Amino acid sequence: MKVALRHALQHRSAKPVLWVLCLLPFAWLVWGAANDVLGANPAEYLIRALGDWTLRLLCLALAITPLRVIFGLPELAKFRRMLGLFTYFYVVLHALCYSGFDMGFEWTEIAQDITKRPFILVGFSAFVLLTPLALTSFNRAIRWLGATRWQWLHRLVYLVAVLAVLHFFWMRAGKSNYAEVFVYASVLFTLLAWRFFRLFDFAR
Amino acid sequence: MPVWMVGFTMPRPKKSGDPVMTQHPFFGASHSGFAHPVDSEITPHAVFLQRRDWLRQVTAGVAGVSMAAWGARDAMAQIPSDGLLRPGKLAPLTGAVSRVSGANTMEKTTSYGDASSYNNFYEFGTDKADPAKYAHTLQVKPWSVEIEGLVKKPSRINLEDLLKLSPMEERIYRLRCVEGWSMVIPWVGYSLAELINRVEPLGSAKFVEFITQADPKTMPGVGSRVLDWPYVEGLRMDEAMHPLTLLSFGMYGEVLPNQNGAPVRLVVPWKYGFKSAKSLVKIRFVEKQPINSWGRSAPQEYGFYSNVNPNVSHPRWSQATERRIGEDGLFAKKRKTLMFNGYEAQVGQLYAGMDLTKLY
Repeated sequence: MKVALRHALQHRSAKPVLWVLCLLPFAWLVWGAANDVLGANPAEYLIRALGDWTLRLLCLALAITPLRVIFGLPELAKFRRMLGLFTYFYVVLHALCYSGFDMGFEWTEIAQDITKRPFILVGFSAFVLLTPLALTSFNRAIRWLGATRWQWLHRLVYLVAVLAVLHFFWMRAGKSNYAEVFVYASVLFTLLAWRFFRLFDFAR
Repeated sequence: MPVWMVGFTMPRPKKSGDPVMTQHPFFGASHSGFAHPVDSEITPHAVFLQRRDWLRQVTAGVAGVSMAAWGARDAMAQIPSDGLLRPGKLAPLTGAVSRVSGANTMEKTTSYGDASSYNNFYEFGTDKADPAKYAHTLQVKPWSVEIEGLVKKPSRINLEDLLKLSPMEERIYRLRCVEGWSMVIPWVGYSLAELINRVEPLGSAKFVEFITQADPKTMPGVGSRVLDWPYVEGLRMDEAMHPLTLLSFGMYGEVLPNQNGAPVRLVVPWKYGFKSAKSLVKIRFVEKQPINSWGRSAPQEYGFYSNVNPNVSHPRWSQATERRIGEDGLFAKKRKTLMFNGYEAQVGQLYAGMDLTKLY
């Protein structure tokens, strides 16, 4: 079983397949918007769906290392960068749709909105913090920065995960509708807690 | 013919080259009072539609979807959204043109499809698509509304009698949701004041409390802890007596779909939509200001009055603008929200001297 899985992960089509899978939600949204099947408020649908997919990909990207270590699947490591970059891809689209559909690309109003509404500020901060990670995702950047510094920089993703959940929580706070927030929060909490406890394992 | 069809089936006097809708039949070309022009009404309609097409084509280009299939879809979609036909889904319920001031906005009505598929009705789930999916289980027959509290004639009125209590009127109201979207809906019903006058409230009655259906067997959302059930709303007596406050039984010339609050609901057009309680089962006359469901659940976010007010932000978002559902393309700018949702001329005096930033 595990051998078959490792073989599949090692297959040269594994990466392209994942790449296509990661683009499927985007393709569906573009198709849906073009064919007017996203409901009465397509702008809202797009913004929310892109936010959901950002969170899902963030969970997947952060799940790579725990899964790799727990199940002894070193092959998983090579998918981490792609998942991270797709997280950024969806957060960029999420931010673009908010800026365009909700704010009409009025940059002064967007700036005001960011300072005025805590949940927008938190979401915006998460987006900003992810940017240097995306920019330094290629191999040469790791060499330039040195592995240690690069790793420290990329630990920002833990903060991003916390901010992303807080952003979602705050957005849902008015309707006291926390079911989905709780799902993402538990997944991310588990993934971060695993790292936290491993830190102590190594220290011992 | 219901009044909401008038603008779309009969030619209006129009000079050639006139922008659409600037010649208001009741207010002439002036833009005083609540009849402010909005972007899409100033743009000539043809240009407006072209812009929409262009935007869609741009998106289609990205998607690589065939243009021909698309144009056809768009053409089909125009028919219901322009209100040329009664939806033909439910029993007809028509009303005469209302004579109440402000009850007949000439703005383009939202399509029945959008108005009946994008709903906040938490008794059927918190997603706006949930009510249309799950509200078919709601039992609307038999139905009665209990009148209780500080009234001379406490009673239980059957729906049949309620329907006959006063002549039906058609009223085209703007509906502004606290979430920042809006619709224009042709309701059928009569002023709540007609009912209130008949049950004769006592002098001590200062507020009216509206209690809605909460049946866990037929309403799957009632099990959730999102809100305390039943959903309760309230109005000050003078608000409840205002002629614009509608007891509604239908929309678009038909009885209300379940997801829109069948068989009888409240419509208070100058307040955020959640004040317009759906599927009413009790109307209670009380002395003290009732605590409404959203006020109980999040008092820091929702006040008792909840009048539409572009100058008072919700703690988590601005209320200065709104997205009119189904009207503009994806990239269209949002509209400016009007004070009291454009009904300031009719209801402004109810709040004279009140600090609306505190009593929001």
